[in-house]
Amino acid sequence: MTDNMSHNPTAGDTAMRDYGATQNVPTFDEPAFTPLTKPLSEARVAIVTSAALHRPDQERYSPGDTRFRVFGAADRDLIMGHWSPNFDHTGFQLDLNVVYPIDRLAELASDGVIGEVAPRHFAFAGNQPETVSELRLDTGPACAQELLADAVDVVLLTPV
Amino acid sequence: MSTLAHVFEAAGLSTIVLASMREVAEKMQPPRTLYCEFPLGRPLGKPDDPAFQRDVLERSLALLDAGGPVLETYPEVIESEEMPLACSIPPRYDASLPPAVDEAKGLRSAYNRSVAKRGLTEVGRAIDADGVPGALDVLHQWAEGASWQEVPLPGKNTIAVCHDIRAYYTAAALELATGPAPGGRAVDAWFHEETEAGKTILAARASLKEQEAPFPFWFYMTPGHR
Repeated sequence: MTDNMSHNPTAGDTAMRDYGATQNVPTFDEPAFTPLTKPLSEARVAIVTSAALHRPDQERYSPGDTRFRVFGAADRDLIMGHWSPNFDHTGFQLDLNVVYPIDRLAELASDGVIGEVAPRHFAFAGNQPETVSELRLDTGPACAQELLADAVDVVLLTPV
Repeated sequence: MSTLAHVFEAAGLSTIVLASMREVAEKMQPPRTLYCEFPLGRPLGKPDDPAFQRDVLERSLALLDAGGPVLETYPEVIESEEMPLACSIPPRYDASLPPAVDEAKGLRSAYNRSVAKRGLTEVGRAIDADGVPGALDVLHQWAEGASWQEVPLPGKNTIAVCHDIRAYYTAAALELATGPAPGGRAVDAWFHEETEAGKTILAARASLKEQEAPFPFWFYMTPGHR
């Protein structure tokens, strides 16, 4: 048995949160704010995650990959291509909704809380080059255009 | 995520961020943020708990009612479980093999059951399941002092190979363990503290550091706090 006294119950996550708190982050001088102009019960909702999810037949993420992968609302055969060993990967293996709550979104749609689930959802890799300039100027806007093409109103962003 | 929120809002989309790091969200000020102090890697908090996940979503969507930027905190904190998962490890079978190699072979049937059940595997970034014992054999040699430049690792990329070994063990552990879903990092603690493979990776990592291998080559073989 392992010695209980040697365990700080939140050592890994605390270390990561402390590290995150010290990191420089990009700033946005005049952040945009887009209000939802229709009832939520009529809105189309998409998920964009930074968990580096992909289908097995899609290209894997390279370290520092700034591009995104696209999958359909019916896809459940997703694996996590994230390169960081510093967060839990087991929750996702038990239930993908803990990272990518697609089944919950479908329930909210069938209960009339939201209008509908978007036909396509998107994943980026969370570990990005520090300046995130590709994300700001290239792949982020490109993903926004894909979402607008699907007439999405609301985007739920889930990190890992 | 916060960067994407700003980019998407500028394009005319309404966004909600489920933030996992409060200070980052406070500095980056995405338009609508629900800060959730849950285990990192579990932004919806609890696997296999639809009611909880739905509550997180409903509180997130409620932020759309705010007329300007808003950051709220989810009222429940979920701490990570860093005590090792209670999961038995196969007994020694072939004493002529390094312990980690023998152990990995012993876990193969549990791994296979997991893959059959899920229909997917997270193994395969650099090596497949057949390659796990061989990779552990090289890591064992490194741990014993062999030169990483003279004894090459199958799959080459240490980070990817260690990911694949962890993923192989994780799949087996989730299959073997009984009881409620393990908390965040419980499998990680089991792997690094109780399995021969985890101990071998930690020892190989220490050896690479001693051999002055490049920092990224060894550092990301395990979580940073180890």
